[in-house]
Amino acid sequence: MREFGYLRPTDPVEAVRLLVGSPEARYLAGGTNLVDLMKLGVERPRLLVDVSRLPLGDVTPTDGGGLRIGALVTNADLAADPRVRAAYPVLSQALLAGASGQLRNRATTAGNLLQRTRCLYFQDTAKPCNKRSPGTGCPAREGVHRDLAVLGASEQCIATHPSDLAVALAALDAVVELLGPDGPRTLPVTDLHRLPGDRPHEEHRLLPGELITAVAVPPPVPETLSAYRKVRDRASYAFALASAAGILAVRAGRVTHLALVLGGLAPKPWRARAAEQRLIGAPADEASFTAAVEAELAAARPLRDNAYKVPLARNLAVRLLCDLAAKGQAR
Amino acid sequence: MISTTETAVTLEVNGTSRELRLDNRRTLLDALREQLELTGTKKGCDHGQCGACTVLLDGRRVNSCLVLAVTADGSTVTTVEGLAADGTLHPVQQAFLDHDAFQCGFCTPGQLCSAVGLLAEAEAAGEALDEPTVRERMSGNICRCGAYPHIVRAVVEVAS
Ligand SMILES: Cc1cc2nc3c(=O)[nH]c(=O)nc-3n(C[C@H](O)[C@H](O)[C@H](O)COP(=O)(O)OP(=O)(O)OC[C@H]3O[C@@H](n4cnc5c(N)ncnc54)[C@H](O)[C@@H]3O)c2cc1C
Ligand code: SF4
Ligand code: FES
Ligand code: FES
Repeated sequence: MREFGYLRPTDPVEAVRLLVGSPEARYLAGGTNLVDLMKLGVERPRLLVDVSRLPLGDVTPTDGGGLRIGALVTNADLAADPRVRAAYPVLSQALLAGASGQLRNRATTAGNLLQRTRCLYFQDTAKPCNKRSPGTGCPAREGVHRDLAVLGASEQCIATHPSDLAVALAALDAVVELLGPDGPRTLPVTDLHRLPGDRPHEEHRLLPGELITAVAVPPPVPETLSAYRKVRDRASYAFALASAAGILAVRAGRVTHLALVLGGLAPKPWRARAAEQRLIGAPADEASFTAAVEAELAAARPLRDNAYKVPLARNLAVRLLCDLAAKGQAR
Repeated sequence: MISTTETAVTLEVNGTSRELRLDNRRTLLDALREQLELTGTKKGCDHGQCGACTVLLDGRRVNSCLVLAVTADGSTVTTVEGLAADGTLHPVQQAFLDHDAFQCGFCTPGQLCSAVGLLAEAEAAGEALDEPTVRERMSGNICRCGAYPHIVRAVVEVAS
């Protein structure tokens, strides 16, 4: 690990000022991703700005009836929050499907959204990688890509975004609150991450020095039910091969509201807009769910070893929607 | 607070206040083992993947291999050496002995700290712990010897 300076600002404005002045600086929150990458030599900051003690650790109700989640709320605390469990089961389930108890006690909301891909080549500095070292190439296309993207990837990069939380927040239409050198602004979670195109090293839309201060979740849509489902190589403690977050309302057998987001398939949480549009007003049954999800997945461009993800994601999403519809009927 | 490459920190470790001068790069795991010579906490993967390094930081279980020690300034740390009080084993330690919940013992300190943390989490949430729940919540601790069935039984016994 390269030597680095360490600063612990006491307010967010000061944190931003410190980062803006130092191009090789990084914010440090729980450290569960950044410290890991520093050990691997993938991240080599000269300065760590420790934001972990800034007063951004609370979940508070918003005026509109939603929740504002401070950037530093831990994944464990957010999953256990009684308001989250009652009103946003999809969020709580996504958090508990990720990592381990120990990691969730450290991992923060902002850090989770900005964690880096688990692509093996990205993590191995002895290998080329367009994301880590722009222009060096992408060995994953021809190499080990069983875990990697089937949607939204490019010739230059096929990495997936690993966050479970981000998938749930994208379904909830959550908004990221940012503080930069020029003041605060907001960004929908669905716009936070970029698709790689020919600039895979630019992963998100934060401006230099911008600090995530909170994530605001709107009030739950009336009559909806929500859930998160994840498929992984083991029963627990592994990243998603595919996952789905769904928020569904059905009246008189027809879909009246739907948000569907796929995880583990793309470089960002994949909001299934095509499937959503087809399903609003359509019958809430397996046949129409299947047709809509298949229409969404028509955009998939699998490679040699990851084609299994397409039917896997279809079955996962259809099952999730069928279960939500059945649960809605029973209630 | 400002520092270049080294920082002075105070940690309360197993009830004793310790002052350390730390290279900013030093993890809590390495500070415990190398500087404080508390070698009960084990280094397995060093990347948050095995749970051997689990300690309680301000009462919560964490992977000490991913915590930079400098960030823990002012915190309390409980390691496996600090679980027994006044010469009496912690109930989780006793249950591990009673249930034969280890073989080589390498993962055991982390398993013990993780179990103690898990029990506190369940108590704070007012939850009962059954076997599947314990198995899931202990899944961040990997045991190469495969002692899981006995570990789960030991934790369930203390929980009930
Ligand atoms: C073994 C293992 C298994 C895991 N399994 C899963 C899983 O199944 N699902 C899952 O979703 N995650 C998983 N994780 C990832 C884990 O959830 C993330 O590492 C964690 O959420 C990152 O949060 P952090 O606070 O520790 O971030 P840090 O490591 O502190 O930071 C991560 C990045 O975010 C930036 N950052 C942090 N806070 C801010 C802020 N407020 N504003 C701007 N930038 C900021 C940092 O500069 C850094 O670039 C796993 C991790 C490990 C080690
Ligand atoms: S998929 Fe992306 S992250 Fe992985 S090696 Fe290729 S360029 Fe790098
Ligand atoms: S040594 Fe920390 S989790 Fe393996
Ligand atoms: S008892 Fe040997 S690793 Fe668990």
